[in-house]
Amino acid sequence: MNELLAIFRRELAGYFATPLAFIFIVIFLFTMGAFTFYLGGYYESGQADLTIFFNFHPWLYLFLIPAISMRLWAEERRTGSIELLLSLPVPLWAAVLGKFLAAWAFSGIALALTFPMWITVNYLGDPDNGVILAGYIGSFFMAGGYLAIGSCLSAVTRNQVIAFVVSVAVCFLFTVSGLPIVTDFFASWAPQQVVSTIASFSFLTHFNAITRGVIDLRDVIYFVSLIATWLVACGIVVDMKKAG
Amino acid sequence: MTKEDRPAPAGGEPMIVIENLTKRFGPFTAVNNIGFSVARGEVLGFLGPNGAGKSTTMKMVTGFLAPTSGTARVCGHDIVTSTLAAQREIGYLPEGAPAYGDMTPRSFLQFIARVRRLSGRAADEAIERAADATELGGVLEQPIDTLSKGFRRRVGLAQAILHNPPVLIMDEPTDGLDPNQKFEVRKLIGRMAKDKAIVISTHILEEVDAICTRALIIDRGRVVADGTPGALMARSRYHNAVSITLGGQSTVEIANKLRNLPGIATIEVMPRGDETTFTLFPQAASESDTMLVDAVARLAREEHWHVRALYGEPGRLDEVFRSLTRSDTAKGKDAA
Repeated sequence: MNELLAIFRRELAGYFATPLAFIFIVIFLFTMGAFTFYLGGYYESGQADLTIFFNFHPWLYLFLIPAISMRLWAEERRTGSIELLLSLPVPLWAAVLGKFLAAWAFSGIALALTFPMWITVNYLGDPDNGVILAGYIGSFFMAGGYLAIGSCLSAVTRNQVIAFVVSVAVCFLFTVSGLPIVTDFFASWAPQQVVSTIASFSFLTHFNAITRGVIDLRDVIYFVSLIATWLVACGIVVDMKKAG
Repeated sequence: MTKEDRPAPAGGEPMIVIENLTKRFGPFTAVNNIGFSVARGEVLGFLGPNGAGKSTTMKMVTGFLAPTSGTARVCGHDIVTSTLAAQREIGYLPEGAPAYGDMTPRSFLQFIARVRRLSGRAADEAIERAADATELGGVLEQPIDTLSKGFRRRVGLAQAILHNPPVLIMDEPTDGLDPNQKFEVRKLIGRMAKDKAIVISTHILEEVDAICTRALIIDRGRVVADGTPGALMARSRYHNAVSITLGGQSTVEIANKLRNLPGIATIEVMPRGDETTFTLFPQAASESDTMLVDAVARLAREEHWHVRALYGEPGRLDEVFRSLTRSDTAKGKDAA
């Protein structure tokens, strides 16, 4: 536990030791705002809620979260510090989890800094704050899912660009697997059960369910087990590289 | 794990025991069934050409790489089955002294202290001690990325000795340091040697003579020599040879007179600038060289030669090294 905490603290401090954290947060907030108000036509919608705002989250995360996760392991491998890390008396799970939790906490900080949105809707109207809270919780879990995928793929390579591109691609598949672009492809020949299984892997399906204000246990289980699976895979990748 | 009864090497209890350690990367065997042990009080110089398997061996002993077969025990803990317990006993300086560049040495050492389960006063004291020993005082608050190569190496050293480990493993600890810094690091290693088992890998043969109590040469993944630096030097063909440097050009006459001294097998002549070095090889290699030195000195006096240097050779480590390791040349041939 000590080791987990040490890794977590180091990683989280690492984001803020360079301009990376500030640049990321500024761009995150700026695009969130721009998308919501201009692309989403927030004022024109005449609705005092954050549905439009949350609808953009999966698409922004698709590019912004792999930018956080790409360095998690690839950077360690490139600089050689992974040799230091893995020769320290740190259990592998603590290293994997510590890094992931730090990245998740960082994305949580960025997400929390969108609070002016929440203030705005409360100023403009009388939204259901329970639904908004559910949206934030769903968004946070979805960020965790993207991060877990990115973390595993970052462990595969020492090249951050490869880690980024592959993460975006895999995250995209997980995002859209419930949309017609994917389901239509399978629907023509695969049995209905297969199609609905594939659709059930979609981030969008589960995220949208949560943003409607209902935190269903199944949606939470989905994200938690997705995160756990990818982190276990990440641990396996790191361990396999040890075997050379 | 049962403790085996094995003859303890000179110096004390064995702290590192390596048994049948092998590492293959695909078809390539990097480390081929090597075994040795290092005792408390020993400073083992780990030598070998690039690609001989030095770093791979160190990576396996420190738990970074998993061995293909065989194992190593550190202070009784098996590195394969009780990795963390073994790693707690080790201070390790990996090749190139990697660190987290965005941190300052102080925050980096604080991180290491936390991982090593040092906290509060104990951590502060350990950091201060390690920073003092490696003379990091002036740069503790500067990001590691902005430090010179020498300072970065010393940050790596400080990290390795932070928890005062009984076993210290360092991959090229003086690489990239200037002569003064090398001297300081060697002094530091010398100071710590008494109650630790220390393994250093190096290309610098003089370093072996300067700080190691034992030298181990590996080549193509196998141990090809293991002994004190003196014993290794005794394997040199220069061992007990006598060299005399005379002013002036080489003459056949001088060479003949030297060759006719009793007990001389062969003689080598090396002209350099305005002086010439004659190296005399005695017939029986085991014989002491002092008598031969006396004889040469007497001859030089009688002949009124202009002697610039005269010495008995202890042996040349680089020559032993070259004769024992042929990895690079063999690879060169394969590639051609």
